Amino acid sequence: MTAPMDVTGGDTQATPAVVEGAGGQAIQGRSLGQIAWMRLKRDKVALAGGLIVIFLILVAVFAPVIAGAFGQDPTQFNSDLIDSSTMAPKTGTGISADHLFGIEPVNGRDIFSRVVYGARISLLIAFLATLLSVVIGTLLGVTAGYFGGLVDSIISKAMDVFLAFPILVFAIALAGIVPDTAFGLTGDTLRVSLLVFIIGFFNWPYIGRIIRGQTLSLREREFVDAARSLGARGPYIIFRELLPNLVAPILIYSTLLIPTNVLFEAALSFLGVGVRPPTPTWGGMLSDAVRFYTIPHFMFFPGMAIFITVLAFNLFGDGLRDALDPKAR
Amino acid sequence: MVTYIIRRLIWAVVMLTIVSIITFGIFFLVPRLAGATSESLAARYVGRTASAEQVKIAADKLGFNDPLIVQYGRFAKGIVAGADYDYGPGVEHCPAPCFGYSFLTRLPVWPDLMDRLPVTLSLAIGAAVIWVIAGVATGVLSALRRGSLFDRAAMGVALAGVSLPIFFTGIVSLVVFSYGTPFRITAPGGSFTPFDENPAMWAYNLILPWITLAFLYAAGYARLTRAGMLETMNEDYIRTARAKGLSERRVVVKHGLRGALTPILTIFGLDLGLLLGGAVLTESTYSLPGMGKYAIDAITNQDLPKVMGVTLVAAFFVVFANLIVDLLYAVVDPRVRLG
Repeated sequence: MTAPMDVTGGDTQATPAVVEGAGGQAIQGRSLGQIAWMRLKRDKVALAGGLIVIFLILVAVFAPVIAGAFGQDPTQFNSDLIDSSTMAPKTGTGISADHLFGIEPVNGRDIFSRVVYGARISLLIAFLATLLSVVIGTLLGVTAGYFGGLVDSIISKAMDVFLAFPILVFAIALAGIVPDTAFGLTGDTLRVSLLVFIIGFFNWPYIGRIIRGQTLSLREREFVDAARSLGARGPYIIFRELLPNLVAPILIYSTLLIPTNVLFEAALSFLGVGVRPPTPTWGGMLSDAVRFYTIPHFMFFPGMAIFITVLAFNLFGDGLRDALDPKAR
Repeated sequence: MVTYIIRRLIWAVVMLTIVSIITFGIFFLVPRLAGATSESLAARYVGRTASAEQVKIAADKLGFNDPLIVQYGRFAKGIVAGADYDYGPGVEHCPAPCFGYSFLTRLPVWPDLMDRLPVTLSLAIGAAVIWVIAGVATGVLSALRRGSLFDRAAMGVALAGVSLPIFFTGIVSLVVFSYGTPFRITAPGGSFTPFDENPAMWAYNLILPWITLAFLYAAGYARLTRAGMLETMNEDYIRTARAKGLSERRVVVKHGLRGALTPILTIFGLDLGLLLGGAVLTESTYSLPGMGKYAIDAITNQDLPKVMGVTLVAAFFVVFANLIVDLLYAVVDPRVRLG
């Protein structure tokens, strides 16, 4: 199997690994993955984005450790620090060594630990929903593009129908009418699975269309003809010949879909149909903050958490696209 | 061209029908999976004082015990021909297009939706005008002065713009420009004045949501336009146009921008269609009484007929916007209608 030169992902090439250069020096043959990595290493902005992404993932994974280091629990009330007449934190109990980001009005929960724990829900839902969209989108996109004809028209029309759904209204409605116990699940598990399903299931046509388009052009290539003439059948060609060549677009659009899904989850939590309180979510914290807009740090920290997360993924995704697909520059 | 239009129109109607079937199916099934019965649904129409017997009769009369397909047929017929709702004490006629009766207010959904529509229309169209002009202009200038200070600053702002949620920028804008003491330049959210009543008040109430919403989209459009322009300006026909001795302005606007605008048109159709169906986040952040706010309130009250109504009207806008875009394409590019 030989991948064509200008399509990334395949790391086997027909060219010999080492060729004599003009000056007599050896020219190293590089796979496209290596070339992309070299380009990415030079892109300082994208690398910064990537580092922040890794940092955020670590924060999410080690949330209990980080919050625990300050002796804080995200759901613990600190009513003694709240002024009972205004419901705002008492003067002098704002940002301190104990409460790095201050405390919430009304119940005095620690904002720092809530922001840290909020990363868990946000990233978990965004990653899983992206995975779901990418799996459905890729499978249906490749199938449509490879088989063409009736299969293609049915899948393409299905994509049209999905894109016609007013996704946000629909997502809110669905997330809103499902009760606290359903499908044998309860609590956070139910809400997270539900949100992953809703967000992932309605986003697949976007990636599906891209993969379909790429497959359409790939299937006309000689290496697919060659595989077919050697007796390969549909599934083999799809999984062994086409998919490896689709790794680059899949990677790029997954990275760019994650921030969209972070925003989507935050929006649903903001509207009160996300993961239920007291589990901390960034969107939920923002919506709590609206009534207390005179205490700016209450909305500042969750808002900035969303912003930095989305920005980091966008920076990294843009860099990845530039590195893997130089034509898109 | 005529056959193409007819084909597209038929497909639009088919698509709306499919969307309505799926929507109806989901809103029919999910509450039942969640444990609602025909009686509990009917109970919301007959009021709290009704006896169990009355509720049962109402459930039968309202057809909540019929199979899904029969209920959908009745719903679809209501939209086309109107329907009569008989819930025990009295019969109420709901003229076409009938999207059913609200559980809560017992008023037909359709007139409610029509009341909310002008708000969403004003919000979406006003913002769209701003974001298209600002986004495309910024993108073109950035592409022409690639690598300049302007380009880098504009793309930095645009990247921040696509990474900020509207409910965050919205609240911040309200705190700074509306509630706050430092720069109180506009009214607090929540008020809407119809355009034909007082155009100045209309714009005054909407200026903040317009700008916040437009900023979000303009950022995306600037990035897209820039990428598109960089690509088209490298095409051979641009060199030809320059070689012909056309002014640079003509080359950029007539030849470069035209090529870059086609993908933007597609996305604009989708964006505007989705927004017209209810700018949910903007409307709830600024408490504007539009269709999105209506949807949220309906969901909070578990008022399914209202939710169904908003979803379908929203789907209609998406399908309609896509139809317009497709027809525009066919006018611009003859290959589309032949293909």
